[in-house]
Amino acid sequence: MLRLDRLDIRQEDFHLTADWQVPAGARVAVIGPSGAGKSTLLMALAGFVPYGGRMLWQGADLGPMPPGERPLSILFQDQNLFPHLTLAQNLGLGISPRLRLTEADHARIDATLTRVGLAGLGARKPGQLSGGQIGRAALARALLRARPVLLLDEPFAALGPALKAEMLDLVSETAAETGATVLMVTHDPADARRFAGLTVLVADGVADAPRPTAEIFANPPLALQTYLGK
Amino acid sequence: MASRAGAISAALLGLAVAALTLGSAALTAGHATDWSLGPADGAALRFTLLQAALSALVSCLLAIPLARALARRRFPGRLALIRLLAAPFLLPVVVAVLGLLAIFGRAGPVNAAISALGLPTLSIFGLHGVVLAHVFLNLPLVARILLQGWQAIPAERFRLAEALSMPPVAQFRHLEAPMLRSLLPGALATVFLLCLTSFAVALTLGGGPKASTLELAIYQALRFEFDLGRAALLAALQFGLCAAITLASFRLTTAAVFGPGLGRDIAIPAPKGWRRGADGVTIGLAIAFLMGPLLAILLRGLPGLTDLPAGLWPALGRSFGLAVLSAALASGIALTLALAVARGQGWLELTAMLPLSASGLVMGTGLFLAIHPQMSPEMLALPVTLAVNAAMALPYLFRLLLPETRALLADYGRLCDSLGLSGPARLRLVILPRLARPLGFGAGLAAALSMGDLGVIALFAGARTETLPLLIQRLMGAYRMEAAAGASLVLVGASFALFWAFDRWGATRAAA
Amino acid sequence: MKTIPLAAGFVCLASMAMAETPVLDVYTYDSFASEWGPGPAIEKGFETTCACDLRFVTAGDGAALLARVQLEGPASAADVVVGIDTNLTAQAAATGLFAPHGQPAVTGLPTPYEDANFLPFDWGWFAFVHNKTLANPPKSFEELAASDLKIVIQDPRSSTPGLGLVMWVKSAYGDRAAEIWTGLKDNIVTVTPGWSEAYGMFLEGEADLVLSYTTSPAYHLIAESDDGKAAAAFGEGHYLQIEVAAKLAASDQPALADAFLAYLVSEEAQGVIPTTNWMYPANPLAAGLPKGFETLIQPGTSLLLPQDEAGAMREAAVAEWQAALAQ
Repeated sequence: MLRLDRLDIRQEDFHLTADWQVPAGARVAVIGPSGAGKSTLLMALAGFVPYGGRMLWQGADLGPMPPGERPLSILFQDQNLFPHLTLAQNLGLGISPRLRLTEADHARIDATLTRVGLAGLGARKPGQLSGGQIGRAALARALLRARPVLLLDEPFAALGPALKAEMLDLVSETAAETGATVLMVTHDPADARRFAGLTVLVADGVADAPRPTAEIFANPPLALQTYLGK
Repeated sequence: MASRAGAISAALLGLAVAALTLGSAALTAGHATDWSLGPADGAALRFTLLQAALSALVSCLLAIPLARALARRRFPGRLALIRLLAAPFLLPVVVAVLGLLAIFGRAGPVNAAISALGLPTLSIFGLHGVVLAHVFLNLPLVARILLQGWQAIPAERFRLAEALSMPPVAQFRHLEAPMLRSLLPGALATVFLLCLTSFAVALTLGGGPKASTLELAIYQALRFEFDLGRAALLAALQFGLCAAITLASFRLTTAAVFGPGLGRDIAIPAPKGWRRGADGVTIGLAIAFLMGPLLAILLRGLPGLTDLPAGLWPALGRSFGLAVLSAALASGIALTLALAVARGQGWLELTAMLPLSASGLVMGTGLFLAIHPQMSPEMLALPVTLAVNAAMALPYLFRLLLPETRALLADYGRLCDSLGLSGPARLRLVILPRLARPLGFGAGLAAALSMGDLGVIALFAGARTETLPLLIQRLMGAYRMEAAAGASLVLVGASFALFWAFDRWGATRAAA
Repeated sequence: MKTIPLAAGFVCLASMAMAETPVLDVYTYDSFASEWGPGPAIEKGFETTCACDLRFVTAGDGAALLARVQLEGPASAADVVVGIDTNLTAQAAATGLFAPHGQPAVTGLPTPYEDANFLPFDWGWFAFVHNKTLANPPKSFEELAASDLKIVIQDPRSSTPGLGLVMWVKSAYGDRAAEIWTGLKDNIVTVTPGWSEAYGMFLEGEADLVLSYTTSPAYHLIAESDDGKAAAAFGEGHYLQIEVAAKLAASDQPALADAFLAYLVSEEAQGVIPTTNWMYPANPLAAGLPKGFETLIQPGTSLLLPQDEAGAMREAAVAEWQAALAQ
């Protein structure tokens, strides 16, 4: 269970609070107007933004953990791969940050590349890949890291609708296989409906408690209505 | 936490650099008995400022069209030319001056051409000669800095400009001018400072005592009058000036405004028509101006190669070892400090630039006073030279590394953190490969500067610690001008080979 | 990568040698101790008789040498200093660092010179050197000033020949020195930091004449078989550079130092001087000077300011030079 215990993020004139929890294995969409703090919430979870209150995973406080040791993987909006490393090396970082890889590790990397549809591309560099392929590679690395929580900070925003849908399905499948809890920032209600059982609305300085996605869109709160333009 | 250890070691390194530069001056001052400046020191100050300002302005103004032409034109030998561009900056000053004299001197081809036209010959000596030499030495450096700036503009911006049908003028205003605006103050300040502490060029080509610089006055006070008080005062004056310039350049330097590109080969649009011709003429003139003296050095040195003294190879070995070590030391310190500054230890930025303001002579004298009489200066000649050479190269390396380090942290810092990539692994897998280009270029500069440096070793060296520049000076002092020219050619070749090896290492690591 | 262990190795070797044989530290200028200078032969010759290790420590030129000794002060490791010139002996004497040499006066100087502390070991006349192809070499400073010949000189603030030239004009012309300098201003192509830059420029054809020594043509004649250089003989006389050696009062090897000074002015060591330092020996050689030296000009008048006077007027003379040329 991921618990945000009276979370309080303050930055200059920005303010965001949250006090709720989601069960392990849940898939949560984080939706809301630009600048409301969707990304900031994820950055706080990943350990890049200081905050008041506590965040706990299965009862353990994330606060003292440096970003790399938190039980989570994050996909940023961009810069998810090092351009000077090959795809296989970029994935290898998910197994060993020192890139000390065994034969078995290489086999796992190849298998994972195949799993996300990048079979045989391990020797390529990110500059030689398309946007969709880069997204798949980043996801593959998260798979290899096998952390129980996956944070997606709109990594597929630049992809076309069909490609994005495909990626989301891939995330769904892999999350189902590993039982990961997923928090995904999005500004598209279709993504939330397609992917997430729960939705968190971030607006007016508050990240609301998650509610079932179908329910929240059927009966949207005022802030969501404004955002959706209804 | 790892970053705390990094912060502490960076702070300690910063303090060591400050101690080396400021502490040595303080030690020199501490031995002074009398405190006064001479009547000629005011004139020296004025001349110093004038020639440094002119040299910096001319170097930067000429570097802009050259770097632009090199950035947007592709021609055979372009990469070799860009590498060769570093050569004048790497030349030992005395060698460079003799090379310039061979071209622009009384007996050189330029005056031969002028007198063939029936015009009165030109003298290279005077303020214009000093500026000419400083431009020769520094124009290529500025051109390289600006060229890197052009290459750092993401290709997407040029495509955007083309998509918007921006004419070249607008392209310059929206893409190139902001880049220049962010790089030129630093380049101006660097050349200004280099020329401010210049000694041999101003004295040799200045044409007389009216061309006295502060560094010459320091030399005179230290070596001839043994007036440590005056030397320390002059050093403090020079230091204050340099520090003021450095601070001003910080104020004027804006952060690079471009986001990251994916490192693809950049094709900068190359306008056709008269601009193509203008670029060609610019490159041609630059080749003639920069390569003529180099060619003269080559031709002068060739006959002497048959007459090299036995001491040449050990001296070359010592210089080579010093150069590699001081390049490694300077790179390590510069990278540590650049990472610390990029992470927010801003005060270290000033520390890293301190050696640019220090007089090498005063630094050497201070160290000498610190070491003597507890230890024989001769014993420590090589370690001290190593430390001073590394310190003197530090500002260039730091300047080259800082913007790219900042960009690296901004672009990939969070990714590294989220993957738990830290410590040596982060250095090996991310920092070194991503910064390989500026590191290789900077380490090459440091190695070559150390190779050609005569300054400190002369104060400490004995017969057994002779470096190649010292050997050349001794050859010239013994009438052996031809052998000296040969040995100079060996020195230039070795400096250049070292620079080339480092620079190439960086370029291939970055491209890989 | 090897230089530090290498240096440490030298240190070990040096200290081991120290334990076995006494070490005589001789401070001298660069070109004296270089492999082409008199240093190696003198070191070898002295070591065959002294059962000691003679070590040269070098410091730039004569002026830098004195500065180095002053910098080190009484704690200096130097036992003997070789190569200060007479324009700087007053300043050297004032440091109180030097002790009497106890040697008999040398007899080969063109003018008498005797000093309790400073022992001459070689000397030369300053002169303007030119190519023999030069049609009308000047015969005086006034003639030079009136001509449109180009000369390169050294800076008196950073080089001993440069200082020698200022003293030359001062001793020949006294109060008219400033006038001479003003006249020479348009002849001076440039002023270099040291002798070698000036001489190099002259050889490159940047000037018709260069300030050097009357013995310079002998180098080209003997070492390069080139008789194309000559020194211009000036009617007002030529200024002398006398190079001296001295023993440090704080030397820990006073007896060895005395023995070295005696050796330095002996026939054997003096015989090395002409074709290595390209100067005249301080004591006449039994075999005479090497072949080729007879072709050199012999100035009728030797000029030399008494060392106290030279020391006292140095600053003013340099200021006068500077003021005249900076106009």
